[in-house]
Amino acid sequence: MAQSIRLRVARYRPDKDTEPGWQEYDVPLREEWTVLDGLNHVKNEVDTTLSFRWSCRMGICGSCGMNVDGAPKLTCATFLSDYAPGPVDVEPLSNFPVVRDLVVDLTDFMEKLPRVKPWIIRDDEQSVDEGEYLQTPEELDAYKQFSMCINCMLCYAACPVYGLEPEFIGPAAIALAERYDLDSRDHGTRERLDVLIEHEGVYGCTFVGECTRVCPKHVDPAAAIQRYKLKAAQESVKMFLLPRGLRR
Amino acid sequence: MSSEDLRYRPPVPVFWWTRKPSYLVFVLRELSSLFVAWLVLYLLLFVRAVGLGEEAYADFLDWATTPWLVALNVIAFAFLVLHTITWFSLTPQAMVLDVGGRRVPPAAIIGAQYAALAVVSAFVYWLVTR
Repeated sequence: MAQSIRLRVARYRPDKDTEPGWQEYDVPLREEWTVLDGLNHVKNEVDTTLSFRWSCRMGICGSCGMNVDGAPKLTCATFLSDYAPGPVDVEPLSNFPVVRDLVVDLTDFMEKLPRVKPWIIRDDEQSVDEGEYLQTPEELDAYKQFSMCINCMLCYAACPVYGLEPEFIGPAAIALAERYDLDSRDHGTRERLDVLIEHEGVYGCTFVGECTRVCPKHVDPAAAIQRYKLKAAQESVKMFLLPRGLRR
Repeated sequence: MSSEDLRYRPPVPVFWWTRKPSYLVFVLRELSSLFVAWLVLYLLLFVRAVGLGEEAYADFLDWATTPWLVALNVIAFAFLVLHTITWFSLTPQAMVLDVGGRRVPPAAIIGAQYAALAVVSAFVYWLVTR
């Protein structure tokens, strides 16, 4: 096995460049090294000016998402040896403005996420003295998959709809809306539906399904969105057919 | 951040859908709807010809065997197959069925659709050839 592997890293220095260019670095090829380890090697030993985000190194924090050979990946969970003999292209996530090198601007998502109210909404808030809201293991299972999202943005980078129509609220936000809708303690379905039934909500999705394929936590946002469409359609039919008093 | 926006916004290339096989399949799947619409129209024209009597039916058959129409229908059929396979395989993602507290496995949902397709096809075959 070769002793080193070449990283082709997209560089964008906003003070100097008008568009990104490539820079190549040779890094040691070790069996246990991920792409992130390679980037950290560059940062520590070769070129301190390289910028990228990372934190936990174990697929929990969701900050090290980048395009590796064109596909959105958590770089802490992507091994260099899988790309041997290289070179490996490392680029910032697609569909986001690039701030510098491999760092993208997530302001758009941070603005969209609270719109779907990803928290427990109660009709009657019970006081802390009355204890916690109880839930059975089955009730937990109903939404657990959708609660695994780490906001790593790989699904947004993979979604061509988001790339073409940035108003689309996007896979992770809808999956998180579904996570709270399916929670037995939550009563906020109606409020979230009002947001997601809009054009830039669930109907923006054309079911490419790529969000689900790239999700490192197996959240399946595409499923969440299609189920939401079904829910929205049922609601629309109800609105059309039922007299006001019987709705809901 | 300074008042000047220095963020780089990568453009989406016109041929973005050729970048990944899954994007290509998606675009072809969307395109297949046009061919499905064409075959519906073709069926309606066929039924109309049958309704108009023997002469119209013979004319329809003449028209239907022209090379360009045969070629179009072969392509349309290929897209119809693609349409069926792709949508059937996507159904379990959109539909969650619980039977007796247990989630119906995706393979069973897909299988049921093919079974239903077979039953309907057999019925149509019987109807046409009886």
